[in-house]
Amino acid sequence: MNAKQIDQQTLLKDEKDPLTHTPVHLLSLEGVGKHYGNIIALRDVTMAVDNGRVTCVLGDNGAGKSTLIKIIAGLHQHDEGVLHVMGDARKFNSPRDALDAGIATVYQDLAVVPLMPIWRNFFLGSELTTGWGPFKSMDVQKMKDITLKELAQMGIDLRDVEQPIGQLSGGERQCVAIARAVYFGAKVLILDEPTAALGVKQSGVVLRYILQARDRGLGVIFITHNPHHAFPVGDRFLLLKRGKSIGYYDKKDITLDELTAQMAGGAELAELAHELEQLGGHTEALKEVQAEVAGVAEAADVADVADASRENSPRHA
Amino acid sequence: MANTATLPPAPASAPGDERIGRRSPIQKFLGRPEVGALVGAVVLFIFFASVSPTFTQPNALATILYGSSTIGIMAVGVSLLMIGGEFDLSTGVAVISSALTASLFSWNFSLNAWVGVVLALVVSLGIGFVNGWILVKTKLPSFIVTLATFLMLTGLNLALTRLIGGSVSSPSISKLDGFDSAHAVFASSISIGGVEVKITVFFWIILVAIASWVLLRTKVGNWIFAVGGDANAARAVGVPVTKTKIGLFMAVGFCGWILGMHNLFAFDAVQSGEGVGNEFLYIIAAVIGGCLLTGGYGSAVGGAIGAFIFGMANKGIVYAQWNPDWFKFFLGLMLLLATIVNLIVKRRAELK
Repeated sequence: MNAKQIDQQTLLKDEKDPLTHTPVHLLSLEGVGKHYGNIIALRDVTMAVDNGRVTCVLGDNGAGKSTLIKIIAGLHQHDEGVLHVMGDARKFNSPRDALDAGIATVYQDLAVVPLMPIWRNFFLGSELTTGWGPFKSMDVQKMKDITLKELAQMGIDLRDVEQPIGQLSGGERQCVAIARAVYFGAKVLILDEPTAALGVKQSGVVLRYILQARDRGLGVIFITHNPHHAFPVGDRFLLLKRGKSIGYYDKKDITLDELTAQMAGGAELAELAHELEQLGGHTEALKEVQAEVAGVAEAADVADVADASRENSPRHA
Repeated sequence: MANTATLPPAPASAPGDERIGRRSPIQKFLGRPEVGALVGAVVLFIFFASVSPTFTQPNALATILYGSSTIGIMAVGVSLLMIGGEFDLSTGVAVISSALTASLFSWNFSLNAWVGVVLALVVSLGIGFVNGWILVKTKLPSFIVTLATFLMLTGLNLALTRLIGGSVSSPSISKLDGFDSAHAVFASSISIGGVEVKITVFFWIILVAIASWVLLRTKVGNWIFAVGGDANAARAVGVPVTKTKIGLFMAVGFCGWILGMHNLFAFDAVQSGEGVGNEFLYIIAAVIGGCLLTGGYGSAVGGAIGAFIFGMANKGIVYAQWNPDWFKFFLGLMLLLATIVNLIVKRRAELK
């Protein structure tokens, strides 16, 4: 797959393949596919994640983004292709497996248990304990202190970590989940549409945490359908459509406009314009759509690369 | 989420701070799951104490505590299970199954009563395990799974008792070796200042203490809240959801074993048709105590208070010399009031 020799110094700084001494990706997928019965949810997806890099996965609803992260997070198993962690082919049987391999996932909706206090959520599944045998109990004070400290580092200043986490705003909850993953030494952080349900300001906050996580040396997979959120923070972009990869770009090879054009799907817009024309009587709407088509076409022309890569090999240039 | 929507937008310079910290200790206290039940218990206690002078006498209190403990022991397990997001309809008859196992087995083979006691423990834990295992494997609602167990156990209790003992009641085991020592462990009384307090009261208190400690201070407790609050989220962060759920059903089985042994050794025989309907009393105690039917919220102490309310109402009506026919009506009314109070208290506490 050779997704370029993207800063292998960074890659080698912490980890290296002990057997071959050749640089390996922190996490890489090669031709990964998944089907549910006769429904093909995902096929032939190739991507890589490295330390201190953000890989964005873009796609519309039903493009296969969720299936992809569920495979990486261990909730589902892939049927085709190979998933490498540090160069080893792996197949995760449970989220615990993935966690043990250093892959933490922050889900959009099920990141936390709403009725539980923040500190309990923060340490859920990895509680700190003191004592031994049957008298082993949680080190509550230490856990509360750490929660407070870690969240403060993320810029959330809480006085009361006893609050049910359901009382926090959506952005804050995402941040708790991110802080949790960072604290527990995740090497790969998967963020499932962290900005989807958020307002502009809160989205900005979450994007900042993504960069913080990246700067702390994590490999980040950022799933979104918003190219405006992906472009500023991303280093690589994987575009999915109908369960298939339609492009895999390095940041230097693509602009925001091209990314948007690919995402928006010029062909669909043109079709909509055609339909409106046939129906008649929707002059206003028709004009708007046509303007949109023109805009998309323009961006695509400028790109040129985008079109070429869509028809030819959609692989990383 | 709800609170941020109702509050004016916070200035960016001080994020998060002014939204918290205004919760006074009283509001914090009102946010506890068992508050509604505690208020109800105090009101009920004052009420019965004022209408019946005998109600507050030590002997009467000991009787009330005993009545409460027979519900409360089970309510401990049932509360934990409900916090874990499931409930169990088979508990009432499972208690009798446990008692019947012990008595029929040791009687049939003329063994030491303790052999039966140990076997009963295995059977009780086994019933819990099967309940939990079927539940996590089939992903059916616990209502269906435990309703099926309830019916099967009801039938087994009657059929096996008649088949082995030849009667609807299990044969007397008072002549067996070990009966006296088992009686001393499970059904004796302890004298405190001249008042005979049944040993079940102490079992009850110990179980509540252990359950509270597990729930609030151990990671298993954290997992119980999590699987009840959001099983998918719990699974995603690596909580062993299936083990936790099966373990909870087995904990209920353990509580059932203690109560079953008490039922057996308090006398020397058990009626095979008993126990039907008791499962609702345990669930009621847990719900009055602030456990959410949907899981993820509640406390072991709450279940204990719920059981105490039940015991007070049950005996209080007798001490007040009313017709006991009214008891069920009061029970229903209390359940309704307690759940409404819980709901309001919880909503208000969360909005604050």
